[in-house]
Amino acid sequence: MEAFTKLTGLVAPLDRSNVDTDAIIPKQFLKSIKRTGFGPNLFDEWRYLDHGEPGMDNSTRPLNPDFVLNQPRYEGAEILLARTNFGCGSSREHAPWALLDYGFRCVIAPSFADIFFNNCFKNGILPIVLEEKIVDRLFAEAAANEGYRLTVDLEAETITLPDGDVINFDVEPDRKHSLYHGLDDIGITLQQADAIATYEERRRKQVPWLFND
Amino acid sequence: MAGKTLYDKLWDDHLVAENPDGSALIYIDRQLLHEVTSPQAFEGLRLADRKPRRIDANLATPDHNVPTTSRAQGIDDPVSRIQVNTLDANCTEYGITEFTMSDTRQGIVHVVGPEQGYTLPGITMVCGDSHTATHGAFGTLAFGIGTSEVEHVLATQCLRQKKMKNMLVKVDGKLGHGVTAKDIVLAVIGKTGTAGGSGHAIEFAGSAIMDLSMEARMTICNMAIEAGARVGMVAVDQKTIDYVKGRPFAPKGEDWDAAVAAWQDLHSDPDAEFDTVVELRAEDIEPQVTWGTSPEMVVPVSARVPDPAAETNLIKKEGMDRALAYMGLKANMAVGDIPLDRVFIGSCTNSRIEDLREAAEVARGRQVADSIKQAMVVPGSGLVKAQAEAEGLDKIFLEAGFEWREPGCSMCLAMNADRLEPGEHCASTSNRNFEGRQGQGGRTHLVSPAMAAAAAVHGRFVDIRDLEPVQEH
Repeated sequence: MEAFTKLTGLVAPLDRSNVDTDAIIPKQFLKSIKRTGFGPNLFDEWRYLDHGEPGMDNSTRPLNPDFVLNQPRYEGAEILLARTNFGCGSSREHAPWALLDYGFRCVIAPSFADIFFNNCFKNGILPIVLEEKIVDRLFAEAAANEGYRLTVDLEAETITLPDGDVINFDVEPDRKHSLYHGLDDIGITLQQADAIATYEERRRKQVPWLFND
Repeated sequence: MAGKTLYDKLWDDHLVAENPDGSALIYIDRQLLHEVTSPQAFEGLRLADRKPRRIDANLATPDHNVPTTSRAQGIDDPVSRIQVNTLDANCTEYGITEFTMSDTRQGIVHVVGPEQGYTLPGITMVCGDSHTATHGAFGTLAFGIGTSEVEHVLATQCLRQKKMKNMLVKVDGKLGHGVTAKDIVLAVIGKTGTAGGSGHAIEFAGSAIMDLSMEARMTICNMAIEAGARVGMVAVDQKTIDYVKGRPFAPKGEDWDAAVAAWQDLHSDPDAEFDTVVELRAEDIEPQVTWGTSPEMVVPVSARVPDPAAETNLIKKEGMDRALAYMGLKANMAVGDIPLDRVFIGSCTNSRIEDLREAAEVARGRQVADSIKQAMVVPGSGLVKAQAEAEGLDKIFLEAGFEWREPGCSMCLAMNADRLEPGEHCASTSNRNFEGRQGQGGRTHLVSPAMAAAAAVHGRFVDIRDLEPVQEH
């Protein structure tokens, strides 16, 4: 996974709450057995006017001009600004894969659904929880200022606004460590192989019916 | 010191290590695999030259993509076919037990696990599917994970986790006639909101919950994620033990006795403290119908579609306006006036034998209304289908004009050929009414199996409690 250290990026505002993972990447695209290539189908049903299916040439499909990501001013956005409970619904990791493949490295919202939040960290995306009134301010500023950019510094846990104001955010230490260094979670866990083996031996004696090897 | 909740006990029992950074390593006893969220996990293992740590801790079955029509010709859609073939190939390569598409034990993972006794009280269980909380009905710590974590469990048999908060949803009293587990859980979500359980493990308790059958408890736990919680659980009682006994993967002989003894403690202590408590009276719960595009947008069948004008929260009001526009409904219209095109009875929420019996009871001796284009019944597994056929339920459905299908996830998420056309309304026993969930532009109304069957025969939503018995000839 790619490390996330510091990012200065264009902000795209998605002004609706409870954006679910079915909306982020519709089910027909989950048939892929790869982790990449989902970007052109991010928010497919909102982004295009026709019905999308895997294998279509997305560059020739009719775009929905009303959808925020289709507005030229948000082209190349790397930070997605969202509302409460972003990423609710299904556990599909295809949702962060699609966001990443599109170019988003950071999502800012007042709250996230638990599984989606967790999946972001596994893929080099930083989800940031901020108070609703601060998110409201960012929405207003992003709408009012074309080319609105934020600087997200993971090490310092700060967001710097164009006017120089600095907002602090929190990230759990273990998640921060993995994301900052782009570490493989499995590798970290395997460093505790002895503890796992000890637990497993005890578990085997305690509940032998769960071991059928 | 306060006592422990059921979640606390399961957490403590599976703790491998607590790390200085506040994270913990917990042991995962069993994993369920299906074709959609596992291929990239197996690929990841291969790329890193790793092997599954415990083959016996995994059970696989394809469910999301499988056709529910005859399987003699295989899967038409080449992309779906590749995904199902990839699961078969991965399971064969590593020696993982799989109930393939042609196996009578194949079905929806969350129906198959309990049916096989693979789901057991006191274990941790995961699956790359958010409805994994279903298994919590057995006093199991079960939750949905993403594909990276599927790979993590395959490689290490563990997950790095942070402990969740404890939430108690207590439903006391007696349910009214015709009111079911589905109505309880929809009423709970209506009260908590779709994010009310975020960051929490929910325990469903109270006399109305403990009065429910195991299958009804599964329906409730299944939808914990629709209240935002990854985990939904019910304490173990004699019903749990009776349900598990004798199933293929359940412990046998001396192991059985030891297991039953170990399961006696799987309940919250009387003095356990919860971070959040929600209470409902069973008598207050009516049959529920969702009107919008989030499961929290739900009303009793006797009510009217809410009016956004009455909502003071601006963001909420906009959400309601958008939902009404998407659903093609008007504020203040009666639920009974919502037009319907199709009916779907199935999904990991409501496709078990009791669900089918409940729906068949309504369908018996009646006819699907002419205005309904399609009413389909999709059993949760091959074994549920066989049981239903042994009881003659298939004949009741077929005579009433319903379609009787092969098992799978089907129109709950429309990854296979079963889907709504744009603009169509569906009375569905599934779990999500998101935009496009059952097909692009489709409009889903979540209800119980009996309410769905009644909607099919009347062509609109009716209060199941008002249904007159059919005259016997």
